[in-house]
Amino acid sequence: MSRLLPFFGFVLLVALLVFGLRWNRTHDMNWVPSPLIDKPAPEFTLPLLYDSAKTVDRKDLLGKPWLLNVFGSWCVTCQDEHPVLMAYAKKFGVRLIGLNWKDDPDTAKRWLARFGNPYDTILVDTDGKAGIDFGVYGAPETFLVDAQGVVRYKHIGNLTPESIDRELKPAIARLRTE
Amino acid sequence: MKRLVLIIVVLLAGLNAAFAIDPLPFKDRAEEVRFQNLTRQLRCLVCQNQDLADSDADLAKDLRRQVFQMMQEGKTDDQIKQYLVSRYNDFVLYDPPLHAGTWLLWFGPFAFLALGAFVVLRILRQRARAPLPPTDSGEDW
Amino acid sequence: MLPELGQFALILALLLAAVQCTLPLYGAWRGNTTLVSIARPAVAGQAVFVVLAFGILTWAFLTQDFSVAYVAQNSNLSLPWYYRFPAVWGAHEGSLLLWILILNVWTVAVAAFSRHLPDATMARVLGVLGFISCGFLLFTLLTSNPFLRHLPALPDGNDLNPILQDPGLIMHPPMLYTGYVGFSVAFAFAIAALLGGELDVAWVRWARPWTNVAWAFLTLGITLGSWWAYYVLGWGGWWFWDPVENASFMPWLVGTALIHSQAVTEKRGSFRAWTLLLSIFAFSLSLLGTFLVRSGVLTSVHAFASDPRRGIFILVFLGIVVGGSLLIYALRAPKVAGGKAFRLLSRETLLLVNNLMFVCAAAMVLLGTLYPIIGDMLGVGRISVGPPYFGFVFPLLMLPVVLLIPFGPFFRWAMADWGAAWRSLRPALILALAAAIAAALIFPHAPLRALAGVAATFWVGGGIVAYALRRWREAPAGRRYTPEMLGMILAHFGLAVFLAGVLITGATSVERDLGFAPNQTQQVGGLDFRFIGVSRVQGPNYLADQGTIEVRDGDRLVTTMHPQKRQYAGQQMQSKSDIDGGVFRDIYVALGDPLGDKAWGVRIYVKPFVRWIWAGGLFMLFGGLTAAADRRFHAKRAAMDETAPDAAPAQVPA
Repeated sequence: MSRLLPFFGFVLLVALLVFGLRWNRTHDMNWVPSPLIDKPAPEFTLPLLYDSAKTVDRKDLLGKPWLLNVFGSWCVTCQDEHPVLMAYAKKFGVRLIGLNWKDDPDTAKRWLARFGNPYDTILVDTDGKAGIDFGVYGAPETFLVDAQGVVRYKHIGNLTPESIDRELKPAIARLRTE
Repeated sequence: MKRLVLIIVVLLAGLNAAFAIDPLPFKDRAEEVRFQNLTRQLRCLVCQNQDLADSDADLAKDLRRQVFQMMQEGKTDDQIKQYLVSRYNDFVLYDPPLHAGTWLLWFGPFAFLALGAFVVLRILRQRARAPLPPTDSGEDW
Repeated sequence: MLPELGQFALILALLLAAVQCTLPLYGAWRGNTTLVSIARPAVAGQAVFVVLAFGILTWAFLTQDFSVAYVAQNSNLSLPWYYRFPAVWGAHEGSLLLWILILNVWTVAVAAFSRHLPDATMARVLGVLGFISCGFLLFTLLTSNPFLRHLPALPDGNDLNPILQDPGLIMHPPMLYTGYVGFSVAFAFAIAALLGGELDVAWVRWARPWTNVAWAFLTLGITLGSWWAYYVLGWGGWWFWDPVENASFMPWLVGTALIHSQAVTEKRGSFRAWTLLLSIFAFSLSLLGTFLVRSGVLTSVHAFASDPRRGIFILVFLGIVVGGSLLIYALRAPKVAGGKAFRLLSRETLLLVNNLMFVCAAAMVLLGTLYPIIGDMLGVGRISVGPPYFGFVFPLLMLPVVLLIPFGPFFRWAMADWGAAWRSLRPALILALAAAIAAALIFPHAPLRALAGVAATFWVGGGIVAYALRRWREAPAGRRYTPEMLGMILAHFGLAVFLAGVLITGATSVERDLGFAPNQTQQVGGLDFRFIGVSRVQGPNYLADQGTIEVRDGDRLVTTMHPQKRQYAGQQMQSKSDIDGGVFRDIYVALGDPLGDKAWGVRIYVKPFVRWIWAGGLFMLFGGLTAAADRRFHAKRAAMDETAPDAAPAQVPA
C-alpha cells in the first residue's frame, strides 16, 4: 500500500510537531543545558566586592557545598529574583556566593544596599571571563557546587519558590546523603 | 543604564548589527578572514538565531574577543570550538558535530536520496519495458 | 464602532466560507446543480466581507485609532503616513488578515476566469478553497483577532519596529503570500480531481497557469525578502537558512518540481501520481510554514510573537487539511501508471530525476530546520543547525540538477536523441571550461568555488542560449517560441544568472571591521575608503549619527557614502547602512560605535556580482509569468475536446 506512505510520513511529522509544542510549553527556548554538570567547577581567582584587596579561588571553597548566584545591578530579572533569595538564603543550608557579573562594583554596592544582601560572599567578575568559564550566558543563573568542587546542578533564569522546592532543594538534599 | 537599554533593545529588536562592528587588530588579512569564518560558525546564545559575527549582544562581543585572543595565543580552530563547546554545549556550533545524535541529520538526506533513486530506477525500468506508441513522434513540446 | 463592524464582517465571511466549502461539494457529489451553483456567489460574498474587514483595519491604521490594540502595538503618532498602510501586516494578526485577503483574491480570480470548466469541477475547487478560508478565518476570530480594543484608548502607540519601516515591508509580505497562498489553487485542483475521480488529465492543464503564477510570485517574494534583508540588516548577507526563510523556501522547491511535473502530466499523461502528490506537498509546506513561523517551536529572528495556543490550532488545521488530502490521495489516486511510455534516455526521465532531486532538497531543508526539535526529542541536548550545514548539503543535492538542466530542452519526449543533444551542448561545455580556466588565469587566487561558479553559469546559461538559438534556426518564423517555451528559457537563464551571483559573491566578497580616525584612509577590496567624519541628522521620526565616507578607485572618486545610526521615537535604534550598488559590484558601509577621540568603527563590504542573485530571481519571475500566459491554457473551447490523449495507458502497476 505504497500510496499510504505519504500519509504515514505526515503522521510522523505531526507527532514531532506535537512534541515540539509541548516541549515549548515546559522549556525556555533559550535554555541551553550545561556541559559542566558532574564536572569540576572551573578554576577562578576573583576579588571580593567589599574588599577588593582579597581574592578567593576555587580551592578556598572546597570542603563544603556552595551555591553560586550570577547577578548584576543592570539585570532586570535579578530584581525579580532578589526577594526570593533574601527569603531563602538562610534556608538553603549552604553558603550563597554571589558573582557580580559584568558590573560596576560601586553600582553593585548601591544596588545591594537598596535591595538587601543575601550573600555570604560576593565575588567580582567585571570583564566576564569567569562567567564564560562557567558557561554563563545571561543573568541570573545559579550553580550548585558540591564539597569536592564538582558542579551538580544549574538553574537558568530567576529562582522562584516553585523551582527551589522542585529542583534546588532536592539537589542540595542529595548532596547530604552522599 | 545604557547597558540595560542595550540588553532590552537586543532582546526586543534583535536585528541591529551596528554594535557588532568591532574593529580588532588583526595581524594580516588571512587572520581576519579566519576570524570571520570562525565567528560565522558560532552561535550567539542570547539571540534569536544569529551568529557571533553579526550579533550585538554583550556576550557575543565578549565571546568574539575571546575567540580573537585564543587565535593570538596560537590555538587552532578546533581548539577554539572545543573551548566554547565545553562551556556552552554543542548548541554554540552552527555546524552540528557528527555524533550518534546527528547521524540522522548528516546521513538522512543522502539515505533519502538513495531510496528515492532506487524507486525512480525501478519506475524507469518498468516504463522502458512498455512498447512505445508507433505514431509518437516525440514532438518537442 | 468600525472595528466592531470589521469583526462582524469577518464572522459573515466565515459563514459564507462555511457555505462555500460544504454545499457545492455535496452538490458536486450528488449531481445537484442548484447546490453546485452556490459556489460562485458564496465566493463573491466572502470576498466582499473580507475586503471590508481588511479595509476597516487599514482605516484604523490610517486614522491612527489607538483604541484598537493591534494598531497601538504597531504604530505611533510619529509614524510617517506611508508606513501606516503596510503596518497593517507588520505583525501576526494583520498579516493573517492579509493571508486571508490574498486567498480570497485568488479564489475570486479562479472563479472568474474558469467559465470553461465543468461546473462540478469548479464547485469542488472552490469548495476546497473555501475550506481553507474557513480554517484561517476561524483561526483569526478565535486566537488572533486584529480588532480587539484597548480601552481606554492609548494616547500614543508603541512603534512599528524600525526595521519594518522600509519599502520592503510594502512589497515583501504581499508578494510572498501571493505565492504561498497561490499554491492552494493547485492543491484545490488536485483534490477536486481526486474527489471527482477524474482519470483524464484536463485538470492539470487548467491548474498549470495558476501554479506558474503562484510559483512566480513566491520566487519574487523570496527574492524581495533576501534583498530586503541584505540592505536593511547591516550584515551584508542575503540568506541565513533561518527557519522562517526555510519555511518559504521549502514550498518553492516543491513548487519548482510541481510546475515541471505538471508539464509532463499535461503533455504525456504520465506522472499523474507525482503531480497530485506534489500539489498536495507544495501547499502543505505553505501551511507548515505558517505553523513554524507562528507557533514558537523554532527560534528565529523573523518569527512572529509566538503563542502555543495558536500553534495548536494551526497544527490541528494542518492535520485535517494535509492528513485528509493524503488519505483522499491514498484512496483515490490512480492505481495504474498512465500516460505514454518513455525510454531511459528521454525528457521524462530527466524530469523524473528533477522531481526526485527537488523533493530531496526540500526534505533536507525540512530535516535541518526541524532538527533542533528532533534533538530535544532524542535527548541529545540542544543542537543548532545553520548555514554550515545547509550551505554544504544543499549545493551537493543541487549539483546533479545543475549538470542536467541544459539537457532538458534538448531531450525529446519518449526517446531522446542523445547524440544530437550532446552535439548541441558541446559548445556550452567547452565555453564553461574555457571560462573557468580563463578566470583561474586572470585571478590566480580565486577559490575553487568561484571557478566552479563561473563554469556552472556558462554551462547552464550557454545551454539555454544554445537551445534558444537552435529553436530560432529550425522553427518556422512566427512560431519560434511559444510563451511556455519562452518562459522556460527566461527561467533557466535566470538560474544561470543566480548561480553566477551566489558562487562568485560567496567566494570573492570582502568584509572588514575598521576603526577610522577623522580623515584616515584605508583600503578594502582594492578601493580606498576615506572617513570624513560623523554629524547629527534629524529625520521624520528619528535622530541619527551620519557618517561621511569617500570611496576612491585610485584617483577617481567613485562615490560618497552616508551610513547612519538612527534613534527612533520609541527608543529603538537601527543601523541604516549605505550601499553603492552596481551591476558588477556593491559597496556597502555600516556605521559602528564611536571609539573615542572622534574615531569610529566602520564595517565595509565589497561584494562583486551580488546583484546577480536577485536579478536571477527576477528572470525566474518573468519566466513563470510568461509561461502562464500561454494561450493553450486559456482556450475557451469546451474542456472535453482538449483532454490530453490518454489512450492505451501503459499497463504497469503504479
